[in-house]
Amino acid sequence: MSTISLHDTHHDDHGHGHHHETFLTKYVFSQDHKMIAKQFLITGIIMAVIAMLLSILFRLQLAWPDKTFPLLETFLGKWAEGGRIKPDFFLALVTIHGTIMVFFVLTAGLSGTFSNLLIPLQIGARDMASPFMNMLSYWFFLVACIIMMSSFFIQTGPASGGWTIYPPLSAVPKAMPGSQLGMTLWLISMVIFVASSLIGSLNYVSTILNMRTKGMDLWKMPLTIWALFLTAILGILSFPVLVSGVVLLIFDRSFGTSFYLSDLVFGTEILPNEGGSPILWQHLFWFLGHPEVYIVIMPALGISSEIISVNSRKPIFGYHAMVYSLIGITVLSFIVWGHHMFVTGMNPLLGGVFMITTLIIAVPSAVKTFNYLATLWRGNIRFTPAMLFAIGLVSFFISGGLTGIFLGNASLDINLHDTYFVVAHFHLVMGSAAIFGMLAGVYHWFPKMFGRMMNPKLAYLHFWLTFICAYLVFFPLHFLGLDGVPRRYYAFTEFEFMNKWLTVNVFVTWSAIIAALAQVAFLFNFFYSIFRGKKATQNPWEANTLEWTTPVEHLHGNWPGEIPAVYRWPYDYSKPGADQDFILQTTPFSETMSSNLPHDFEGNEEAERIQKEWEAKNKPVQE
Amino acid sequence: MSLRRLIVNKTMAALAVIFTVFSSANAFAQEAAAAATAKPVDMGPIHKTAAFYVLLFLLLCLFIAIVGKALKVYELTRETQGKSEGINWNTVNAVLFALFLIVGLYGVYWEYTVHGSMILPEAASEHGVRIDEMFNLTLIITTIVFILTHIVLFVFAYIYRSSDKRKAYYYPHNNTIEKIWTIVPALVLTLLVLKGFLTWRSIFYKAEDANNRPINIEVTSSQFLWDIRYPGPDAIVGKRNYKLTTAINGLGIDFNDKNSLDDLIADEIVLPVGKPVRFTLASKDVIHSFYMPHFRVQLNTVPGMVSYFEFTPTVTTEEMRTKTNDPKFNYILLCAKICGTNHFNMQKNVRIVSDAEYKEWLAAQTPYLTNDLRKAFNLPIPVEATPAATEEAQAADTTATAAAVKLDVKNQIALKK
Repeated sequence: MSTISLHDTHHDDHGHGHHHETFLTKYVFSQDHKMIAKQFLITGIIMAVIAMLLSILFRLQLAWPDKTFPLLETFLGKWAEGGRIKPDFFLALVTIHGTIMVFFVLTAGLSGTFSNLLIPLQIGARDMASPFMNMLSYWFFLVACIIMMSSFFIQTGPASGGWTIYPPLSAVPKAMPGSQLGMTLWLISMVIFVASSLIGSLNYVSTILNMRTKGMDLWKMPLTIWALFLTAILGILSFPVLVSGVVLLIFDRSFGTSFYLSDLVFGTEILPNEGGSPILWQHLFWFLGHPEVYIVIMPALGISSEIISVNSRKPIFGYHAMVYSLIGITVLSFIVWGHHMFVTGMNPLLGGVFMITTLIIAVPSAVKTFNYLATLWRGNIRFTPAMLFAIGLVSFFISGGLTGIFLGNASLDINLHDTYFVVAHFHLVMGSAAIFGMLAGVYHWFPKMFGRMMNPKLAYLHFWLTFICAYLVFFPLHFLGLDGVPRRYYAFTEFEFMNKWLTVNVFVTWSAIIAALAQVAFLFNFFYSIFRGKKATQNPWEANTLEWTTPVEHLHGNWPGEIPAVYRWPYDYSKPGADQDFILQTTPFSETMSSNLPHDFEGNEEAERIQKEWEAKNKPVQE
Repeated sequence: MSLRRLIVNKTMAALAVIFTVFSSANAFAQEAAAAATAKPVDMGPIHKTAAFYVLLFLLLCLFIAIVGKALKVYELTRETQGKSEGINWNTVNAVLFALFLIVGLYGVYWEYTVHGSMILPEAASEHGVRIDEMFNLTLIITTIVFILTHIVLFVFAYIYRSSDKRKAYYYPHNNTIEKIWTIVPALVLTLLVLKGFLTWRSIFYKAEDANNRPINIEVTSSQFLWDIRYPGPDAIVGKRNYKLTTAINGLGIDFNDKNSLDDLIADEIVLPVGKPVRFTLASKDVIHSFYMPHFRVQLNTVPGMVSYFEFTPTVTTEEMRTKTNDPKFNYILLCAKICGTNHFNMQKNVRIVSDAEYKEWLAAQTPYLTNDLRKAFNLPIPVEATPAATEEAQAADTTATAAAVKLDVKNQIALKK
């Protein structure tokens, strides 16, 4: 604590005009957590737009497999010769779309943005524990993005073995063009990305554990912080496993080892590798991969908990249950990875065990859903753009979560594995839900980030188009899966039974195009409002958490004077007896005598005695 | 706001740069187009169509902008008249949620009935029926939860929309309710887990029945083929060793194993109805997935590892054709694990026939072991199997083949002696 307080006095003594900030130190190599959050967010948004465009390209192919689009050749050259996307490039599109969305947008873009922005602001810290590492985390992330995108500019094209890059397909360069240089770039990019993620996560955890302001004990932290904290722990424990897997794969590809390879024959060429197992990769990958989907969804759940509570003007229902269910999800997410491998030929006994653990994880998820609904009950709901997206998230979380009960059941997974049912499931529960969480967060904390408001009407348009189109895209896809249509198929034309889904594919593609165009409303709103939006007030949503006690104009160190102390939990909305329908966390109980409840004092007898005395004194007056 | 100033200052410069880049790119494109005069596609109309759609979209944006401005004007006039704010967006969004619920529920009903009727027909295998039962139970439970939670979500959103007259109800927790909605899902999931576990066990742990031994068939996947090997009269598929792979022995069958000698090549999977069949699954190059959706059968084929799937088909192709009312219906084997360029077209026809038809078909299949292979493995070449005779033998009936196979076995035994 002593070092921190020293740091504080330093700030107070010298003021803030002291360090001369150049453009480079302020916007590029910034060590200020708020600027780094913006860097993460804008990079994430750019990557999301790229990934979305890739998805539109392969949706075009799926909807009109026999049509030519000469314009595509103009942009893609030999990958769309004659205006038709080639099968190899189709697989590359699917692979890179998945990689970008899962890692660059929903891990770095979501957790990176909001951890950086909210952790210091909501726990009451001047900055991250290590601002330099924080900066490094962003730059590693950016380098990873650039390397990944550079694979579009090489002869053999980007990696194309699916985002899970199962060897031997990804390990043997002659298995497909994408497994040549493109895969090497993918692996390098991923190692750098994991470094970024680890540096970031370690920083988040140490900041939350060590730098909370006075009075901010763990049970007074907003749920966003809990979610970001547990997400960071998940990342720290699971990402190194991916790196080890990736390094072994690099060795297999480039140095002739056989960790994942054995008994391979391509045509008549017998490869020398012996003794490895492709299943090993799947275990290593999914040991990260499954916690990864919770790394993606938990920040979104935390953000929506906060937003739903603020905009329902009600405390979040079952705060403790919400935290315990997050902890439950965190712990359980490490022992469910095998449900991705039910049909790999793994020992059937393991399949049974993983089925049990997988279905157990549905319990904390169900608790969270019911608590959201209970929070809405008898609320006074303000439909701010953020609230709309948070409600959308709850809807997607329910829809996609329920189909998870099918896939988590090993015996049902036999027929659903690797079909469109899986595609529909995870696009709802982790794709749409997490993106909605991210968008909700952007709309909610935009005033904090840029000091201006976004246009709500454009946001309504954005929400409704996206919400409706997301369902139009993903709901019908379940039925393709139930008909046994496998995912990652370049065209449905080769199988008689798939022909009936061609019209559905056209419908889905049109919905996807409309959804993509709707994002223009967001992009315009976002970038326009940065410069021209209405000036924000200090606490535009009338929320309780600490970040709204900072001034609108950013300053390094967040609070001009001392860091405010915290006296109460963050969810005192519409408390009976209070003048306003929100009470800031920094308001001591002594100022709200009329609204204090017995359990507020957590067994502090002295405080209870004072409260009782006050009540005894004031009751006759009220009557 | 130095960033803003900087951007304003640099905007023109940036625009100029962008303009130059685009115009030079255009110039390059024109040069390239001039060079490639042989190209049949005339890009003129295409560019015009693309430009048309872009303009259409911009027009739409303009329209939205006008509507936005009109709304703003309306709200401002209301404000100047001193009336309450123009449009209550809380109400608008609440009503939209209610509408979304109604239209959405109908949409779900439509999906379940229309697209729901396009899915796979009922399972054509013994264990598939149990999987379908499991599926239906899960579907019923999840649909109920899906509908109810969504009704609650959107109805709450509608009823409890913001109002100045009301204050939200301060209700931070209720341990009883929370216990209930922890325990109830846990119980329902326990039911599903138990049933799922039993179904899973019944599929992968099969007791061996000496009177009803399964037919052994080996399927080896490679980019983008399925190789199918039926056992000969000995009912055992011989060993494979990938190191023996040559141009004439693509699967690397080990003909030193006498079980291999009578193995048969098949270019489709034909199975007798009602008899258990045990597939031995292997892969030559990358991971593929052996997926026969109509039988609810899927298992990955993994190089360096052998896996097994045993099941009993219960409906013949003919019966299924009448059931589905589709005279062209065929069972199918496809690849469900991404495996490379032609992943989307890696198929084999599957036929389920009566026992008699199966025997007849099996007898017409040719053995893997050819004279070339015999030479390669130093096996004696049977007397009748001179080139001319081979053709006759192939054309002739089963007895000849069977006899030849028997002779082979005898020869080999003799050789060993």
